Amino acid sequence: MRRYSPLERVRLLGRAGLDVLAALGRSVIFLLHALLGRGGLREGFALLVRQLYSVGVLSLAIVVVSGIFIGMVLSLQGYSILSNYGSEQAVGQMIALTLLRELGPVVTALLFAGRAGSALAAEIGNMKATEQLSSLEMIGVDPLKYVIAPRLWAGFISLPLLTVIFSVVGIWGGAMVAIDWLGVYEGSFWSNMQSSVSFRADVLNGVIKSMVFAVVVTWIAVFQGYDCDPTSEGISRATTRTVVYASLAVLGLDFILTALMFGDF
Amino acid sequence: MSTNPYAVELKGVTFRRGERTIFDAIDLRIPRGRITAIMGPSGSGKTTLLRLIGAQLKPLSGEVWVADRNLPTLSRAELFDLRKQMGVLFQSGALFTDLDVFENVAFPLRVHTDLPDEMIRDIVLMKLQAVGLRGAVELMPDELSGGMRRRVALARAIALDPQILMYDEPFAGQDPVAMGVLVRLIRLLNDALGITSIVVSHDLAETASIADYIYIVGDGQVLAQGTPDELMQSDNPRVQQFMKGTADGPIPFHFPAADYASELLGGTDA
Repeated sequence: MRRYSPLERVRLLGRAGLDVLAALGRSVIFLLHALLGRGGLREGFALLVRQLYSVGVLSLAIVVVSGIFIGMVLSLQGYSILSNYGSEQAVGQMIALTLLRELGPVVTALLFAGRAGSALAAEIGNMKATEQLSSLEMIGVDPLKYVIAPRLWAGFISLPLLTVIFSVVGIWGGAMVAIDWLGVYEGSFWSNMQSSVSFRADVLNGVIKSMVFAVVVTWIAVFQGYDCDPTSEGISRATTRTVVYASLAVLGLDFILTALMFGDF
Repeated sequence: MSTNPYAVELKGVTFRRGERTIFDAIDLRIPRGRITAIMGPSGSGKTTLLRLIGAQLKPLSGEVWVADRNLPTLSRAELFDLRKQMGVLFQSGALFTDLDVFENVAFPLRVHTDLPDEMIRDIVLMKLQAVGLRGAVELMPDELSGGMRRRVALARAIALDPQILMYDEPFAGQDPVAMGVLVRLIRLLNDALGITSIVVSHDLAETASIADYIYIVGDGQVLAQGTPDELMQSDNPRVQQFMKGTADGPIPFHFPAADYASELLGGTDA
């Protein structure tokens, strides 16, 4: 066992701080190289389609199932509170606004970090550990173009679409519970929703949020995979870090974006 | 074709990893069209040397000349271009796990040439025939044994007919049959295709049997160089220890530590 003197601990703290800054710098250079670097690939579109499938389509099941259940739960909770005030007709409006503004973008991004983000980090980390990335380099193919860029774009495109799907099935699940089960009048459920939801303020802002989350979550995932230690411990650390960092970043950014978009202070 | 008799030249190359100096102003020249072995004890930086020649690592100072170009001065795009002339056989084979054997070997041809599919097919089959695995063309990498994987990787490495072929520990963890096959293949490919081969290894007998010239590296320096016969007869004790594989000698077996007896008896933390 090593023992550290107090001075040594201060030094280690400083070292850790510098390491974080260096990793941030590396991740920015990495992103710029992958997205803006010269020399696109001929098969770029085919690679993107394959990644859209594994990142987007394969995340569809978890997003749809979660969306339905969250919508249904919102409906139950909303009904039990609103009925105290005799305004259970407003449950549609409550479900739609909650999902479009907050839960849609945030929960989908968290699910995406857990399902697609961890898979991306593990896959890229494994390619690094088995020297597949090195071998691409030595064949004369830039792994940032061949492996990283298609995965980044696939994440950027998939998450906003998944968010829209999440909100739609959530509203549908909420409507099912409210109208068919709790007996809320269908006409007022939908018309209340229609009159209170604004396309620009609610739908568009939600989509903008999900675009920001898409960049952040995918960037964290692919960078963690690419930058990990090429060992099995390194890969498992990268996977864990992806989920933890991405979830915290999504929640923190959500607060900032909400304050900017909806805060009239 | 260049008239330079050396395919690769390292001039005064210094490389550090953290605070540890791996190479200290090392000079090394790899003759064109021959098999040059780089040997040395584990941890002496042999693989690092290959990565410096492949420009996957950048030296702290010094020049790395490959195909008459100084690698540290080249841009990222120029490096990727230059690497088409090099092939590397990685220790693990490093086959792309999502592609079958055929597509693995076809990969460099697909990304770097505009050849029609029929021609790519013929070239891939010829390369696989050269490594004796034409029959495995439809298998996935996880269906191959370690030795077969390495041979497929070799077929992929020669797909573009590179001028320089680097082998990273090609004999490590191979059974005697696979080892014999690989030794013959390396010699055959070198002679038949006129490639410059660089073999990094610590398997003495196999490497000495095919190498035309050997460098022994250690402590950040070239400890010795010469033909296998010259090195066998060297009176340098470090070379003797390495070539004969004895534990006693100037190359230490023990990692540096406090005195054994005093540490056991003293009972304090190191």
